[in-house]
Amino acid sequence: MSKTLLDIKDLVVEFPSRHGDVIAAKNVCLSVESGEILGVVGESGAGKSTIGNAVMGLLERPGRVGGGEVFLEGEKISGLSQVQMRKIRGKRIGMIFQDPLTSLNPLETIAKQLIGTIQTHLGFNDADARERAISLLDQVGIPNPSERVDHYPHQFSGGMRQRVVIALALCAEPEVILADEPTTALDVSIQAQILDLLKKLVREKGVGMILITHDMGVIAEVADRVAVMYRGVVVETGPTAKILGNPDHPYSRSLISAVPRPDVRLHRFPMVESIEAAGERKDLDLSTHWLGKARDFGQSDGPLLKVDNLEMVFKTGGMFGGGSSIVRAVDDVSFDIRNGECFGIVGESGSGKSTIARLVTSIYKSAGGSINFAGTDLTKIKKRKELNVHRRQMQMIFQDPFSSVNARMKVRDIIAEPIRFHKLASSEKETRQIVDDLLDHVGLGAKAAVKYPHEFSGGQRQRISIARALATRPRFLICDEPTSALDVSIQAQILNLLKDLQDELGLTMMFISHDLPVIRQMCDRVGVMSKGKMVEIAETEELFVAPKHDYSKHLISLMPSYTGLMNKEDAQAEAGQAEAS
Amino acid sequence: MSDISNERSSFLTRFRESDLWWNFKGSPGAIIAATVTFLMIFGAAFANFVAPHNPFDLATVDLFDALLPPAWEDGGKASFLLGTDDQGRDVFSTILYGSRISLIVGFASVGFAAILGIAVGLVSGYAGGVVDSILMRIADVQLSFPAILIALLIDGVARGIMPRETHDELAVYVLVIAIGLSFWVQYARTVRSSVMVERNKEYVQAGQVIGLPDWIILVRHILPNVMGPVLVIATIQLALAVITEATLSFLGVGVPPTSPSLGTLIRIGNDYLFSGEWWITIFPGGALVILVLSVNILGDWLRDALNPKLR
Amino acid sequence: MFKFVSMRLLQSIVVMLVVGLIAFGLFRFVGDPINNMVGQDTTLTEREALTESLGLNDPFLVQYGRFISKAVQGDFGMSYRLRQPVSGLIAERFPATLELSLISAFIALALGVPMGIYTAIKPKSLITRGFMTLSLVGISLPTFLIGILLILFFGVTLRWLPTFGRGEVVDLGWWSTGFLTASGLKSLILPAITLAIFQMTLIVRLVRAEMLEVLRTDYIKFAHARGLSPRLINFSIALRNTLVPVITIIGLQVGSIIAFAIITESVFQWPGMGLLFIQAVSEVDIPVMAAYLLLIAFVFVVINLIVDILYFVVDPRLRVQS
Repeated sequence: MSKTLLDIKDLVVEFPSRHGDVIAAKNVCLSVESGEILGVVGESGAGKSTIGNAVMGLLERPGRVGGGEVFLEGEKISGLSQVQMRKIRGKRIGMIFQDPLTSLNPLETIAKQLIGTIQTHLGFNDADARERAISLLDQVGIPNPSERVDHYPHQFSGGMRQRVVIALALCAEPEVILADEPTTALDVSIQAQILDLLKKLVREKGVGMILITHDMGVIAEVADRVAVMYRGVVVETGPTAKILGNPDHPYSRSLISAVPRPDVRLHRFPMVESIEAAGERKDLDLSTHWLGKARDFGQSDGPLLKVDNLEMVFKTGGMFGGGSSIVRAVDDVSFDIRNGECFGIVGESGSGKSTIARLVTSIYKSAGGSINFAGTDLTKIKKRKELNVHRRQMQMIFQDPFSSVNARMKVRDIIAEPIRFHKLASSEKETRQIVDDLLDHVGLGAKAAVKYPHEFSGGQRQRISIARALATRPRFLICDEPTSALDVSIQAQILNLLKDLQDELGLTMMFISHDLPVIRQMCDRVGVMSKGKMVEIAETEELFVAPKHDYSKHLISLMPSYTGLMNKEDAQAEAGQAEAS
Repeated sequence: MSDISNERSSFLTRFRESDLWWNFKGSPGAIIAATVTFLMIFGAAFANFVAPHNPFDLATVDLFDALLPPAWEDGGKASFLLGTDDQGRDVFSTILYGSRISLIVGFASVGFAAILGIAVGLVSGYAGGVVDSILMRIADVQLSFPAILIALLIDGVARGIMPRETHDELAVYVLVIAIGLSFWVQYARTVRSSVMVERNKEYVQAGQVIGLPDWIILVRHILPNVMGPVLVIATIQLALAVITEATLSFLGVGVPPTSPSLGTLIRIGNDYLFSGEWWITIFPGGALVILVLSVNILGDWLRDALNPKLR
Repeated sequence: MFKFVSMRLLQSIVVMLVVGLIAFGLFRFVGDPINNMVGQDTTLTEREALTESLGLNDPFLVQYGRFISKAVQGDFGMSYRLRQPVSGLIAERFPATLELSLISAFIALALGVPMGIYTAIKPKSLITRGFMTLSLVGISLPTFLIGILLILFFGVTLRWLPTFGRGEVVDLGWWSTGFLTASGLKSLILPAITLAIFQMTLIVRLVRAEMLEVLRTDYIKFAHARGLSPRLINFSIALRNTLVPVITIIGLQVGSIIAFAIITESVFQWPGMGLLFIQAVSEVDIPVMAAYLLLIAFVFVVINLIVDILYFVVDPRLRVQS
């Protein structure tokens, strides 16, 4: 029988602030047994990471433990002094951080960092410690460890560095490992490898692991049990299959239903009782309203956007007179987007998908090829004025809701800027009316106009961004990872909003994402990007059911296996309804 | 109309609710420093009304009052609180008039350096490429030379190209240019690195997608977002500029004794240090230190307040 | 390594040529060389003859080249004010400035760096608060005022230490040193402290800021999470990572100590290059100004070069290709 290793009882963590104490964790009870992975899942601000730091006695100022107890193998470790805690950190509880690029000391070799940690806890002599360091690297899957051990961190790739981080956490054979978003900073294919490694280590060594993440797919992949956190409270704990399949708590239900389904396409995301009120959308009468008017763009036959043999290169390096190298960010890419469709582009980070968006909108200059928009080759246009005629018809929604709106401007001025610049309204009064209507239309409410962006959450800011994009009355909308920085429940709202807008306004969309389930929910056709090349273009369903190119097959195979709340029959029934409606 | 007043009041409320103001209320050091700075600026600006004497009106200055000690020492006169200098001028009044010149030079040179530096930084950061390389190489070279040396050189050049009388008349302008030209690099480098961060942010690309010309993006969008660090530098550099001016004047290459700044006053007083008339030096020196210290405390506080991470 | 250093060397030469151009510009265009060499009653033809014989009618580049090649050989012309060769004047005063600067740099670094590290590691301690308050006062005290206060206290009131000059010096070949006599050492104390204090406070603040920056990084947090001892974390990991920016700071500060020597020398009538320079500025003695500028630039370029090479030694990211 497996024994309980770490037992957290009624843990309270507080952060004193200007507006009184903020309770980051409230009476949290968690326990983990040997050979078990406990997933702690929740959206940003739920207090997941705080728990790990509190257990380790590493809370950042001004945070403090306000109550509760922590036991390690029955022995109380909460309230120990820093000196006593140092014998537990690393030795009995290991910790893995999110970002492998910043977790390692850049000035020391891997050997030195490993040996330092081993000697601190195990008192080995130099030769033994080095031998152990090499065997640890071997265990975490670093090829050729006896040579690699003497390399510096910058000589390893991101995934390899995360393996080194794991090796460092394993130095003294700890009983418990706390992994805080260990795969979030990694690409999907590397993510899968690291998860496999963690799973293998837990099973082989019989350690208990608490895996903190926001990613339901990761939970489905490796966790034995799951604790769902919401605003500092553990609302539900249970076996993974139960929590993902049939949770009791309403928050868990809404959280899980908001996760995009990888297995089947739904017309809309189920609306969720979420953290953040979605805001009432006031429908505008588009037949008479400004936003609906003048949509009579010259209807040309054929695709709205036709991209042929597009090329883009970046120069890198050359800082210290060393050889600079050329990266083909976009390499001979051709595709077209038909009127009214949603075309998806999917790929891992660095595959060049965002570069395509910036080439199409003329933010970057292409190195070759042509971009035909409504029959005009944009790459041939030299004058800004001429280009602006076309730019007005295409707008873009960006990834990061915090940097995509100018924090120093009022919401009204942010949205009015394109209207004023392109002189789309006859008077300032009309402009203001239009801005108010747009804010109503995206579900923020006209009152938002006089506020500044910092008063809004990420999801609300993304709505501001959408309103700004609509303010030029575009017919072509580019969405560059519009929800990848958002929590799943907010993501569902924003994706629904985009679907509604597309229907109402007859928008043509280019939808860029690394998230396959999201692509499946949003797009009619998909292009798969890898290393600057578009390796496959297919109807969405066709791609998911029968991918042709090896890379597409690889990507699809990495997709999280989890299939959402309902069982298969229900899902099919709903899919049928969606098609009927 | 009501709309506008409404928005203005909302700005005031915003300021009152802002973390900056809250932070300010909670740091006694910053409040004292701000009060002292304000009083000294006020005293300097209205020296004509505040000062008990006009030390530069020859009709009222009496040589019989020369070298009087402060009022509380033996032989001091109540009407000359901090004593008098060798020409019978009231030290307290000369300090007020002197800080006026010190502050004028300080503010003007910081303003000049800021405008020049921000412009270079914006262009350099946004344009990148060759323009950036050339501007930043110049900045690098200049930065490796201390400001005081460059200011001295520029002053020397000014002396070389104009006759002595003209130079004395224009001394204040020469100082402003000399100090300004030696201080711009800090702004340029800070603004440039901020611009290089901001330029890749998506709100700038949103502006480009709308079709806004580069200069609108620079001035309307990027500039307001890089002003935080500029404000911090400007405060700290005001202190440095006042010190630099005082140093140059002390070395005898700043403003002439006919319209002395704090530095000039200290230089004049320095000659009397050994004969025991310490007050002619120490009081202007004290005023200088208090002014600079207050501004430095404000600068430190501002940097911490705008950059909560750094505490 | 070789490539890196030679690139830097090349850059340094370019910098020196540019500074040379400025110095030449000063020499040729700011002060009128002829006016400074002849009396009021010299006739126009005599002036022209002199102009011709000095080569002042030659093309700009030729004159610039001649200026540079003379400068390389140590010939900077005659001082207008003192009517002596500039190179001799400088050689005479160089030891005084160097001795003062070295001692001050030593004081500033030996005290400033440890204080900066201490205040970063123990941010809440009482001593830190004391240090920080002192450093705030320190950067608010102009160097010349520190000098005056020290003179007033130790020189005028207590009469312990001399307040001007170098005291007795001993000639060792062309080098005159104040290190070997009691009066020379005593004379050195006040100017060295004066020069060191401002730089020291700056160093404390800069080192502290850099160290705090490093202490906030993820790899420090990860080191704590592995249970490493604070001593190992602070002094092995954090300190080494702080060293990279601190080397730059030290380089810049050593440079600025030489520049700030101008002020100290002026306050204490220290017979060094700075005093010579300041007199040259007020009297528009262009050849001295130009020579001083070139010499200082040379010192700075050498310091920067050393800093670059030290970077290379400290940071494996520059040394080892990924």
